[in-house]
Amino acid sequence: MTVVIGCGAGFSGDRTDAAGPLVDALLGYDAPRALMFETLGERTLAAAQLRRVQNPEGGDEPLLEAFLAPVLGDCLANDISVLGNFGAANPGAACRRIAELTSAAGFAEARLAVIEGDDVRERLGELDWTAWEGERRELPDAARVVAANVYLGAEPLIEALAKRAQVVIAGRVADPSLALAPLCHHHGWAMDDWDRLAAGALAGHLIECGAQVTGGYFADPGVKEVPGMAELGYPLVEVERDGRLVVTKPAGTGGLVTEQTVKEQLLYEIHDPAAYVTPDVILDLTGVEIRQIGRDRVAIHGVRGKPAPSRLKTTISFLDGHQGEAEISYAGPNAAARARLARDTLRERLARRCPPDLRMRFDLIGVSSVFDGDEMPWRESSRSTVEDVRLRLAVEHARREVVELATQELLALYCCGPAGGGGVRRHHEPRLKTASFLVPREQVTPTVVLNRGGEA
Amino acid sequence: MNNDVTLLHRYAHARAGDKGDRLNLAVFAHDTRHYAWLLEQLSEARVMTLFHHRGVTAVRRYPMPNLGGVNLVLDDVLQGGVNGALNLDGHGKTLSALLLSLPVTPPPGVA
Repeated sequence: MTVVIGCGAGFSGDRTDAAGPLVDALLGYDAPRALMFETLGERTLAAAQLRRVQNPEGGDEPLLEAFLAPVLGDCLANDISVLGNFGAANPGAACRRIAELTSAAGFAEARLAVIEGDDVRERLGELDWTAWEGERRELPDAARVVAANVYLGAEPLIEALAKRAQVVIAGRVADPSLALAPLCHHHGWAMDDWDRLAAGALAGHLIECGAQVTGGYFADPGVKEVPGMAELGYPLVEVERDGRLVVTKPAGTGGLVTEQTVKEQLLYEIHDPAAYVTPDVILDLTGVEIRQIGRDRVAIHGVRGKPAPSRLKTTISFLDGHQGEAEISYAGPNAAARARLARDTLRERLARRCPPDLRMRFDLIGVSSVFDGDEMPWRESSRSTVEDVRLRLAVEHARREVVELATQELLALYCCGPAGGGGVRRHHEPRLKTASFLVPREQVTPTVVLNRGGEA
Repeated sequence: MNNDVTLLHRYAHARAGDKGDRLNLAVFAHDTRHYAWLLEQLSEARVMTLFHHRGVTAVRRYPMPNLGGVNLVLDDVLQGGVNGALNLDGHGKTLSALLLSLPVTPPPGVA
């Protein structure tokens, strides 16, 4: 038996019209099917948590309707499970929004499962923390912590599917687990069948970034050509019970699935390829074989699994100071020299006006902007090489007013800087930082709540 | 004799990914027969030198003969990463292209 999983989004800012062709393709399979949405990054979650603080019904994925409304009815009508971490910091609120969508689609009785237990912000003091391997920071002071979320694995999602949930709404679940769960559910894989679990997690890893395996984030003109980049097909993975995988995409869409696109995604964000840690299984990719078996069809096999880790990764986000950016442009004769003079002037002003612990950086950016934009008609007609330089200042400081003063000094270059400066933009924001820690698996207790039409 | 500098970009493709302040660069030969050559070009020491100006403190290399490529893991090249960097690309996503700008001696048998 084959189980087919599609991925309709690879991050919170992804294309919102990608899932339609995927669902059309899924409808063509006579097999168990699922559609996943991966919309949660470390900072996306922290930003969501900040929104929840401001509004108790906020903090879930802002684009929920845009992602789901075009396909939800077809999924419910055709038994295509939908799984997503679009609950972000507020899976309950996401469930209420999705219930409205299911009602509007004529499925008021749809079974919606909410996964909780990943949010441990209130439990910081009681859990037994150790640092994640790459982490050198101390556990931040609880008062500054905005979000603390454990990466849950596939088990609560499998439980939800076993309870016949049609839409599974999670917050921080490990990305590959969104695919692994329906695979375990339909294939009946045991939670210690490490090689099978590794295959399922690999299926999820390959599609979790959406188009990054189907020709997105790949094109290099003249070297790696990608057709139809404005209509990229998002990925489908066909998974056999023995763990063999085929990555493909809907017919008639742009992009491509080749050994090259699969290889690039295979090692994406991987450190030791012999030990890629997920909550469900540790993957060994050193024996993976990749083979093109047809147009836009690539087979993958040979992944091995090792027992799941005893500790789960947790991302802790905290507010730490303020950052600001400001830019100004210089173009035409001697532009680079004027931009450098502007920088030197700014340096002197900032040394005079801001505290010495202000962190700052300058960049000199530019191809073609203020004179003639991307078509470069003026440049084509002029015989000289035109300079187009944008001076960028980036600053960070504990105090907001210092950051504002620093970017104010760039703004002041309008009247006080070198000749011909223009196009200033500036903005400031609190700086959200993250750190990673590990918590014993047994201290984390995910819960599954099944709702029918939005009612628990 | 052609004195033009040849860049790794001509023979390999790459993708960057970040986790915390670490960067991984997955690099693959366009022609898998160039795998052994690719390994010769991408010694840990050479990668350290290429990223020296970014403050790199360690490079670990994981050869992947099954993929005709190599995974490079670099510590501290992100200038603080998305947490602390003041640069435009705190994730280091553009750094795959910095790696591909490495000057190379063409693989044997290639003009």
